[in-house]
Amino acid sequence: MVLLAFLVAITWAIIQLRDLFAAVMLTGIFSLISACLFMVMDAVDVAFTEAAVGAGISTILMLRTLALTEGRSDPRYNRLELGPLAVVVAIGAVLIYGTFDMPRFGDPNAPIHTHMVPRFLEQSSEIGIPNIVTSILGSYRGYDTFGETTVVFTAAIGVFLLLSDLRRGRRVDDALRDDIILRIGAKAPIPFIMVFALYVQFHGDYGPGGGFQAGVIFAAAIVLYTLVFGLAKAEKIFRRRRLELLVAGGVLLYGAVGVVSMLFGGNFLDYNVLAHDPVHGQHYGILLIELGVGITVAAVMVSLFFLFARRQQV
Amino acid sequence: MDVGLYNYWAVIVLMMTGLYVVISRSNLIKKLIGLNVFQVSVIMFYISIGKVKGGTAPILEEGFEVYSNPVPHVLMLTAIVVGVATLALALALVVRLHGAYGTIEEDEIAEIDTRETNALESNAREIGAPMS
Amino acid sequence: MIEHLPILQILVPMLTAPLCVLSRRPLVSWGLALTATWFALATSIQLLIRVLAEGTQSYELGGWPPPWGIELRIDLVNVFVLLIVTAISSVVLTAAPRSLEKEISSDRHYLFYAAYLLCMTGLLGMTATGDAFNVFVFLEISSLSSYILISLGPTRRALHSAFQYLVMGTLGGTFVLLGVGMLYMVTGTLNIVDMGARLGDLGPNRTVLVALAVIVVGTSIKMALFPLHAWLPNAYTYAPALVTAFLAATATKVAYYMLVKFVFRVFGVELAFTALRLDAVLMPVAILAMFIASTVAIYQSDVKRILAYSSLAQIGYMVLGLSLASVTGLTGGIVHLFNHAIMKSALFLALACVVLRIGSTQLNDMRGLGRRMPLTAAAFVGAGLGLIGVPMTAGFVSKWFLVLAALESGYWPVAVLILLSSLLAVIYIWRVIEVMYFQPPPDDAAKLTEAPWSMLGPTWVLVGATFYFGISTSLTVGVASQAADLLVNGAAP
Repeated sequence: MVLLAFLVAITWAIIQLRDLFAAVMLTGIFSLISACLFMVMDAVDVAFTEAAVGAGISTILMLRTLALTEGRSDPRYNRLELGPLAVVVAIGAVLIYGTFDMPRFGDPNAPIHTHMVPRFLEQSSEIGIPNIVTSILGSYRGYDTFGETTVVFTAAIGVFLLLSDLRRGRRVDDALRDDIILRIGAKAPIPFIMVFALYVQFHGDYGPGGGFQAGVIFAAAIVLYTLVFGLAKAEKIFRRRRLELLVAGGVLLYGAVGVVSMLFGGNFLDYNVLAHDPVHGQHYGILLIELGVGITVAAVMVSLFFLFARRQQV
Repeated sequence: MDVGLYNYWAVIVLMMTGLYVVISRSNLIKKLIGLNVFQVSVIMFYISIGKVKGGTAPILEEGFEVYSNPVPHVLMLTAIVVGVATLALALALVVRLHGAYGTIEEDEIAEIDTRETNALESNAREIGAPMS
Repeated sequence: MIEHLPILQILVPMLTAPLCVLSRRPLVSWGLALTATWFALATSIQLLIRVLAEGTQSYELGGWPPPWGIELRIDLVNVFVLLIVTAISSVVLTAAPRSLEKEISSDRHYLFYAAYLLCMTGLLGMTATGDAFNVFVFLEISSLSSYILISLGPTRRALHSAFQYLVMGTLGGTFVLLGVGMLYMVTGTLNIVDMGARLGDLGPNRTVLVALAVIVVGTSIKMALFPLHAWLPNAYTYAPALVTAFLAATATKVAYYMLVKFVFRVFGVELAFTALRLDAVLMPVAILAMFIASTVAIYQSDVKRILAYSSLAQIGYMVLGLSLASVTGLTGGIVHLFNHAIMKSALFLALACVVLRIGSTQLNDMRGLGRRMPLTAAAFVGAGLGLIGVPMTAGFVSKWFLVLAALESGYWPVAVLILLSSLLAVIYIWRVIEVMYFQPPPDDAAKLTEAPWSMLGPTWVLVGATFYFGISTSLTVGVASQAADLLVNGAAP
């Protein structure tokens, strides 16, 4: 409850702030507090993702956008607007009216806890993975996850189209070239981050984590590398062509798993047929599709970073 | 802790604050921040309905009986990813808009657009349709 | 392989998109994309035949039975939508290369085709799925890719329109997500059939009412129903000509189907209309949309914009059909969805030809086009007649059913209003015809060649379809009335 009140306070502060940098930083804090709330409500995977994405990726992208555009919002447009206020108060009232027939918060007898969930909790015989979130994500609702990977892929295509064709621009700040201590200091964690990413990737069956989070973390390592060695050098290793290959490859890998299971006589994304023992099949299937997600997400995040970083203020 | 419906109400207040930012602010970045708040609060709604009193994170382990509902978690992982994908695309658009219009205030962009349309129309009138 | 048809028509475009990215060459990726779209069209024809013969097809993804897994559910209603979406996508894409050359630099074509395929995938996925959350996922695939496609327009205003659409579209999507969440909360399931059954047992309550309101608002934004239409005119006007021809015929139609699916499949006639009085809101809104949008269309000076406002009016007709909640009304709505998709994409494709040759769609620049580009202008007239609803054209059939439905339900003033608003369509289409045929070309006009056959061909195919479906109604009305019967009376085979 206290955290929720915090969140409301932060949002109101954002409305008032003219300095966009501060507003973006507050948005990052907003995401972190949300992540804490998700944690409190037992959603560890969601908390992990929100922290990595909301507080991490989104903030970086927003800050870069600000650096490319303007840091302040025009005060002329920063007044209280009565029309919109009335609209949101009305909608809010309707929504609150709708809450009165809702099951109470935390009620274990609410329909959503009694209808589908028992099978998911008993699923160890079907899938055999302790982290239920991973088993639903990867198998029962694997098609949703395929869609989600495709959404990320779509966004990458959009950003490629929007940002890549314009003037190449001179190299942006080749960051830490001169500062040898910082350079070594910043270089040191890179391999560890990568190892951690791999851990998150392959340990998703047992703890929170999985392809998406791992991809983001892996991308973070490369971003750090870029900051240390400069964009030019990083781009030599991660050429646009190779990134495109990886972005598309991850989606294709995911799809291929589904197609292979169709060839083996199952339905699309039916991993049972991938091995003699259905439970093993489920393991292979989830492993492979998570890898596909990880590849696409990592490649997309790195591409986004490069594309935004390469642009220069017009 | 029995919070009944208050949790949902707080989420709704948050949601509406986000919506207010989206429709009332002219600054494009602020609009996106508002959109983000709006999305996060819907995510919070889902996570709230998945909570079971006395439950624990849905990772099967010896010694735990009650788990929170994992389904909303799965759904919201997807929703977060969709949210960040949308944001990345939107920011790319903001960068391009700034390049094209030199401002990130929607009202100013709209003003430039209107001026352009008017110029085009008066231009067309000047050339005039030579009614034979 | 035949049992995999439901997934294949989504999967093939979905996986061809990354292949387009890998190929990089404009013509190769066009070839790939074209193969995928025509394949999807063939698949949906096959599906239609199967559904007509055997009834509803269900496909369990991952082999998990619903409600645990996600189900694709193809019935008579959505197979019809799948058919029109794949048909329009295929025909429009056939005309693509020449039109794109004019508006987008060729080193980016492969990304364009990938985005186009993804948009189509999203629309098909939304239509075919039987899972409420899955609707949201595919909705976002199609939305993101349509923002991209719109932003590629030739002027900077395309960027602004895309941004506006992005903000509105995301709000719409998030509202749908919220509504689905509320329904999930009270039913405990995400499968649409299961959800419908459980809601029926539950009966009306405050949460269900608000969920309905939230979903109607969300889908109305996506289909640009008045007064939540603000994004559409700009988006259609400033997008590349080809993209407008594609989106105008598909995106809003699928959003309309989404509304139909939620209202009739999840809530059911009983709950939505008898208990919660959805018609009391939708009918006036639909009528206002018809009149205001048609009136505004008359005063536009850009032909693309005229047609965009006309689209808003047509959405009004479709929603009117829905709000009557009768078999005839819904038949009219669904047939109009089909017919309007054909007519509008024919009109916008004709405009794409105009853009290719004169680089503008301003009314003023189109003077004398009847003599300068006779085939293009004639195509525009043909499809325009359909839009007005002249007998022997497809537009007449659907309006006929709407008028019938209004009379049947005892709303005779509504029937009169439908006829009156058609008069407005006569005015705005006539304005264009008058300029094209009865005004001399500008003095400084260069000599024009007719548009290439690669573009005229697809345009005329659609114009031909406008007349074909005006005369032979067995496919459209036949299927749609069965579909409407299925929706209203809920007789699930």
